Order: sequence, then structure tokens, then C-alpha cells
Amino acid sequence: MNSPHYYNGTNGTNLTFSPPRLRLVCCCAILWLFQPIMARAEQARIAIAANFIGPSKVLIADFMHKTGDVIIPSFGSSGQFMLQIEQGADYDVFLSADEAKPAKLVKDGFGADKSQFTYAIGKLVLWSNTSAYPASENTLRAARYGHLALCKPDIAPYGAAAMATLVQLHLEQSLQPRIVMGMDIAQAYQFVQSGNAELGFVALSQLYNQSSGTVWVVPSTLYPPIRQNALLLKQGEQNHAARAFLAYLRSKPAQAIIATYGYDIP
Amino acid sequence: MMGANPLFDPNSIFTALRLSVTLACVTTILALGIGVPLAWWLANCRNWWRDVCSSIITLPLVLPPTVLGFYLLLALGPSGLGALAVHITGRPTFAFSFAGLTVGSVIAALPYIVQSTQAAFETTGRKPLEIAYTLRTPPLRAFLSVALPLAAPGIIAGAVIAFAHTIGEFGLILMIGGDIPGQTRLLSIMLFDNVETGDWASAHAIAGGMVAFAFMTILILRLTQKRLTARPC
Repeated sequence: MNSPHYYNGTNGTNLTFSPPRLRLVCCCAILWLFQPIMARAEQARIAIAANFIGPSKVLIADFMHKTGDVIIPSFGSSGQFMLQIEQGADYDVFLSADEAKPAKLVKDGFGADKSQFTYAIGKLVLWSNTSAYPASENTLRAARYGHLALCKPDIAPYGAAAMATLVQLHLEQSLQPRIVMGMDIAQAYQFVQSGNAELGFVALSQLYNQSSGTVWVVPSTLYPPIRQNALLLKQGEQNHAARAFLAYLRSKPAQAIIATYGYDIP
Repeated sequence: MMGANPLFDPNSIFTALRLSVTLACVTTILALGIGVPLAWWLANCRNWWRDVCSSIITLPLVLPPTVLGFYLLLALGPSGLGALAVHITGRPTFAFSFAGLTVGSVIAALPYIVQSTQAAFETTGRKPLEIAYTLRTPPLRAFLSVALPLAAPGIIAGAVIAFAHTIGEFGLILMIGGDIPGQTRLLSIMLFDNVETGDWASAHAIAGGMVAFAFMTILILRLTQKRLTARPC
């Protein structure tokens, strides 16, 4: 490197940061800023359906503690992730909230063959955070509330389950004006939690730490079972951390954690 | 409502377009009504808290829409304005409604109008008004017939940007809208839905239209500014 001779004459001893040190500080700052983008060793990026946020945080912490591998989770709706993966998103593993989307990804060549398995079976609940509207089938039918929150049926499997429930109860037409849509189930949950919607269809697992409100567990006869499948993506086939995490997800300790959040284990 | 006519089908692109344009019109008019007097006051105020006020008004320009969306969700909900809403609409919130979107987009659009109008008032200065006063023009009349016309280029520029910004508003609407067809599913949200569900033909139609609209807005803005500022005073 050339020495910056043009500094010497003018500034002399006044400089608190001599140019080489300044340069070092700048380099460090840039490295620090870009570190998350550059680091790639023994870490796996996982796209996780929003209903699984709660348990996945516990699972990932446990997994990273046990193995030292790094997992970087992203949360959103399954449909959103499927689209991103088809467009070349940089994920190694996909934890969907249904079977259809991982199956389609395998068919279209984005997933590793035979890597698909069911890690949890989800439960749909109707949740109310307002004492005036206790969650129940009767409250849902009576329709005295202003808003019923769910997530988009075409991209979020729990939204599809909620829609199927409304169709089974012959309520889909009459409740149409009251329905507000979250982009994923986390937003549907947040609409109810903030009190803007009196009722909402959410995943039982989202209420794990929720002390307030009332819950109606929707009978499983009203909607097709929510079999949530995991998939190793083509991207992650050679990724040790991704494979290890999927193996961990099928292990007894992991399944025990998943079960405490109200999921059925296949 | 649910006729075969796509103009009145709540799920159609025309409904989303109409909603976006209506919201932008209502927002621009309200923001002008609030923003122009506010800008006048800010331009003439000599208090130390003038800067505090103008900073607060400018905040939405700098903040991520998610911050605004989060606070609005709380402010419009049952622990805020929603307490009022129960008496008017029977629902515990102003979120998920056209009124709620209007509140949000006025707050987001206000800084564009206030900044550009305030700058216009300040460059005009007090001279023309003082001359009007010496001719015994009453203050309100002087404001309406001297200060406002002189500041017109700035006010129009602010209004056009506010209008265009409201058409393009997304993050805020996503957070407080609830995506109700015919009520809160604006064009920008519909585009997002189309992309998310893989309906790229519709997505192209909306996105292309928006690019054309944005270009026209900027072009019109430039042309009118040239003409208005060239006008002899």
C-alpha cells in the first residue's frame, strides 16, 4: 500500500486518527457490517411457517447448544416461502405448514428426493382476547363481533383450514364482510392480540405463552388434517448443518418439545 | 354488489384502483386542509418549539412505515380511538376500514405538503403581505389573495407528491388494512397478493400501470412547476 504522503505536510501531529489506523477502523466496520452476508460455514438457513415460530425458537436454541452448528431461521407463510424458493431463495430447509407445498417443490426439482417427512400435525383454534366474545362455535355463529381474523387461504395452510371450517359450518358467505386477512398466521394472531379483531383463527401453538383470552379448539372433523412437512432443499443437500437439523427434528427430545406446543406427533 | 360487471366486483382490479384513487383524493384534500394552515403557522412562528413541531410532522418521512403501522394499530384499536368507534360503527376499532386507512395516510402524507408549502411561504417572505396590509387589506383576505397564490407552486407540488405517495403507500396499509376486498384492498396490496399467489399476469398489469402513473406524475410535476414559476408575479 502506498503511504498517503499528502496527509503529512498539512496535518502533522494534530491528527487523532492517523490514516493507517483510520483505515483499519474502516475495514473493521465494513467487515462487521457485511459479516452476516459473507459468513456461510456450517450454518443452515431455514424457512419456517409462521405457526411454528414458538417451538422452532426453542428447538433451534437446543440444537445449536448441542451441536455448535448455526441455524438462521426466517418466518412467513408457507406459500410465500414456496414462491421464494422457486425463485432461487437461499434456503437449505423448508418447514412448511402443509404437505402440498413441499410435494410440489420436490416435483419441480427444488427439493431433495425422499427427504420429506411430517414433523408435526397442527391444530386450528378460534381465539378471542376480549371477554365480551368468549371463543366458541356459538359466538362464531352469532356474529355479533366486528372482525374475524384469519390468514390468506391461498398462501397460508392454516388460513385454508379456517376457510374449510367456515365452509363446513356454512358460514363462509354470512361472515364474509367480517373477515380480515393477515399475510401469515402471525399477523392474524397479532390482529386478535391487539384487540382490533375480536375473534381469530390461529394455531394452538401460538397460544402457548398466552395467559389471556378464551380458546375453542376447532374439532378436527371440520377441516382436513394439517400435516406439516419438512423438506431438505436442493440447495442444502450438501449442508451438514441442514441435514443434522432435520435428523434432530425427528428425534425424541425434539418431538417432546413440539408436543408441548400442542401439536400432534405423527 | 357482486354483479357480473367487473367495475363493481369487489375482487376486481377496478375496485382496487377506485379505492386507491379515492383514498389518495381524500387524503390529499385532508392533508391540504391541515397542512397549509400548519405550514403558514410554521413559516411565521418565531417560537423555539417551532422546530420541535416541524420535526414531529416530518417524522413519518424518516420512520419505517412499520413503526407508523404498529402505533396506528394500537391507536385505532380498542385501547385508543376504537373506544369511540364502538359507538359509531359497533366495531371496536378503526383499523380494517377506509376511515382507518385515511387517518394513516394523512399522517404519512402531511410532511410532503407541510414542507413544500412552508418553503414556499418562506421564500415569498412577508414583504408582499405587508404591502397588502398598508392598503388596509384584512389579514384573512391578504392571506387568501396574496400569500396563497404566491405559494401556489409549492402547494401544488406538495399535493401532487402527497397524492402519488398515497397511491404507492404499502407497508402501512399492509399492517392496518386487513386486506378486505372492496374496502381496504388497495392496488399496492392487490399487487402483493398477486405476486404472493403467483398470479403474475395480474401483477404485471398493476405494476406496469403504477410505473406509468409514477412517471406521468413526475413529468406533470416538472412541467407545471416550470409554467407556474415562470409566471410573472
